[in-house]
Amino acid sequence: MATATVANHDSASHDHHDHEHHDNFVTKYIFTQDHKMIGKQFLITGMFWALIGGFLSILFRLQLGFPEMDLSFLRPLLGGWIDEAGKLDPTFYLALVTMHGTIMVFFVLTAGLSGTFSNYLIPLQIGARDMASGFMNMLSYWFFFVSGVIMFISLFIKTGPAGGGWVVYPPLSALEQAIPGSGLGMTLWLVAMTFFIASSLLGGINYITTVINLRTKGMSFSRLPLTIWAFFLTAVIGLLSFPVLFAAALLLVFDRSFGTSFYLSDIYIGGEALPNTGGSPVLYQHLFWFFGHPEVYIVLLPALGITSEVIATNSRKPIFGYKAMIISMLGITILSFIVWAHHMFVSGMNPFLGSIFMFLTLIIAVPSAVKVFNYLTTLWRGNLIFTPAMLFSIGLVSFFISGGLTGIFLGNSAIDIQLHDTYFVVAHFHLVMGSASFFGLMAGVYHWFPKMFGRMMDAKLGYIHFWLTFTGVYLVFFPMHYIGIAGFPRRYYSWTNFEFANMYTDLNMFVSVAAIITFTAQFIFIFNFFYSMYRGRKATLNPWRSNTLEWTTPLHPGHGNWPGEIPTVYRWPYDYSKPGAEEDFIPQTVPLSATPESNLPHEQELVKLELEIMKEDEEVLVANESKH
Amino acid sequence: MEKELKYVDMVEQPISMHPKKFALWLFIVSVVMVFAGWTSAFIVRQAEGNWLDYDLPQIFWVTSGIVILSSISLHWAYISAKKDNFIQLRLGMSLAMILGVCFLIGQWFSWKALVASEVFFVGNPAGSFLYVLTGMHAVHLISGLIFLIIVLISTFRYKVHSKAMNTFEMATTYWHFLGALWIYLFMFLLLNH
Ligand code: HEM
Ligand SMILES: [Cu+2]
Repeated sequence: MATATVANHDSASHDHHDHEHHDNFVTKYIFTQDHKMIGKQFLITGMFWALIGGFLSILFRLQLGFPEMDLSFLRPLLGGWIDEAGKLDPTFYLALVTMHGTIMVFFVLTAGLSGTFSNYLIPLQIGARDMASGFMNMLSYWFFFVSGVIMFISLFIKTGPAGGGWVVYPPLSALEQAIPGSGLGMTLWLVAMTFFIASSLLGGINYITTVINLRTKGMSFSRLPLTIWAFFLTAVIGLLSFPVLFAAALLLVFDRSFGTSFYLSDIYIGGEALPNTGGSPVLYQHLFWFFGHPEVYIVLLPALGITSEVIATNSRKPIFGYKAMIISMLGITILSFIVWAHHMFVSGMNPFLGSIFMFLTLIIAVPSAVKVFNYLTTLWRGNLIFTPAMLFSIGLVSFFISGGLTGIFLGNSAIDIQLHDTYFVVAHFHLVMGSASFFGLMAGVYHWFPKMFGRMMDAKLGYIHFWLTFTGVYLVFFPMHYIGIAGFPRRYYSWTNFEFANMYTDLNMFVSVAAIITFTAQFIFIFNFFYSMYRGRKATLNPWRSNTLEWTTPLHPGHGNWPGEIPTVYRWPYDYSKPGAEEDFIPQTVPLSATPESNLPHEQELVKLELEIMKEDEEVLVANESKH
Repeated sequence: MEKELKYVDMVEQPISMHPKKFALWLFIVSVVMVFAGWTSAFIVRQAEGNWLDYDLPQIFWVTSGIVILSSISLHWAYISAKKDNFIQLRLGMSLAMILGVCFLIGQWFSWKALVASEVFFVGNPAGSFLYVLTGMHAVHLISGLIFLIIVLISTFRYKVHSKAMNTFEMATTYWHFLGALWIYLFMFLLLNH
């Protein structure tokens, strides 16, 4: 039993009414309000969804790589979706693609990434007892859980899950007659996503409030670790973009269930005209991508934040261009809202508007390039320590470069006419978003596992996992560039009817085999994760010799994080290998007055101020103690 | 098995705003984004042509007046609460809520007027948008009413007074916001129909 006396940190009441806090199983592991446990809940749920999402992709890769294959052996699982001849049902293929995208983008890389690390790290790294509202935080997880349950059920219904792609464009998604998935499956998709949006907003509001209001003494914005900056800006993007997805989805609900015509016009089914007139499917695309493009940065920014932290720590060097990193993240945050129409160059949108969006899109390459540059310069001549987390972070940088470059091609509206909706786009975003963010997630797990569970993950298994996944990702997604340039459209069930496609049969087969190997390699990680949780080597308090606050907590921090006072912060988090210092790292809690040997001239001036503040604190503390 | 831990908090934390109030403002931002989404969609769709022209129900002028009066009453209640005048506080809150209900009834009549002039929810998006904007605003207003009711009940337990204004202030902020949101929507509709 953990018995912790947690002081209430409601700012309105400064008095100390400590209350006993007895956790039972339900309040500790299920309806917990402890941000650390909620973070772990998001992580485990995210891992579950990653396996489901990955498995679905293997199913459709089998179809794409081996179109003639007899899939009867899948019948016990897929039942009627495999026909008499052992062929996958074409509409179910679309459902698989749709569910894969939805699950990966939302459940794994939004909830599984932001949900895990924002929850786990924000209070620990800014020096807070917990999130601003533990209750809202708990609600956020359980809304996500419900959303997942509904989405999961939709996989098993008779007409199959939604099949209109993760972007669910109407009219395909609006009309039940269009494909089987647009019936009940689509309804469940919309309900699940409503819960998901609510979950993201609850979480995001909490993250922003916590970062702004609950930082410990001395933790100014210019001393925040870049992880926190990234989580903070991610939450801001989510707060501004998820409501718009809700707005778009609600109009879709009205079109589907009440007969309105927001997105529908002049549609003939079997020669009969539908009554809907006056709607505009392009309107949906505008609303969706106003959300959709920021969403890709919601997925990426936390991974970039994690990378900054891991790379600086394991290069034993201050992050290069701390301010430039923050400014480029701010730039990305703002720009991400004004580039959405680059997903719509060929939607029939006004081409002049297309040129404007092309211009804005290409600007976003600048802050992205600044970030890459800063990662590379941080690595440059560092005392690199290749922990698994470090390898995954470097992998992220590699994917961010190779996938970002293709973005520049796609951003040119004239080139996009050829490339839109081909495998080139699939290659682009799987590298820059899918793999990069996934690697960020992995880096985060390997790096903070000792804090989460008090034990170390096995490094050797980590290396094997890294190399298999890293090479696997390139083997899967690099060839897709060629397939895309050759003109293969995405979301097609089969190309066997096209003459030109024959040349590429081998390449598609190759991609599928690589995908299966890469997917299988993830079980090494799953094993390592659960094995190390119980049997791993016991971790030391600060295994990576890192500067940030979370490593000053006990090995198994209770609810409230620090016994006694929350530590005060005296410096930025990147004092690695500071000239003159004894050790190659100086934690944020070490006062400048304690390190005269390594202080820079302007820091030396701050020492006097610092000493005064510390004296005042001391007095408060004494007064405080006497009250108890 | 964890050790017995004793957590003590520092008296001072660098808190710039009450966290719950701050969270409410963030929630308001997300509501603003929902309506910004719909009103932008309105403009984009209108620009594409095939747009039904109709007259806005005149009753919107009345309901706009009601919403302003309601905010004024709530502000009166707020001033009274600061002076610990509980009778006026409850009076002002009740008045604000009654006016809120009147507003909703007025909006209902606006729908009747729309139907009478053959503007339907199902049909040209020009009409559908109007129903969505007014309807979703009404849904939010109902949530504001519920919030006010909860606070009103707590005033009878003397939980709201000049030294404990947080919850009440949150309720007023939300209510004024909903009033302002309606005025924005009405202005928007006046300018774009
Ligand atoms: C250098 C910066 C980037 C540029 C110029 C760029 C440009 C583009 C363009 C023009 C498209 C549309 C292609 C088409 O559908 O024809 C696209 C698709 C996409 N991009 Fe990027 N991109 C960049 C970086 C990123 C990043 C950093 C992410 C994610 C973290 C990302 C995620 C995506 C996704 C998910 C899609 C496909 C969405 C879909 O249709 O399903 N991109 N990109
Ligand atoms: Cu985009």
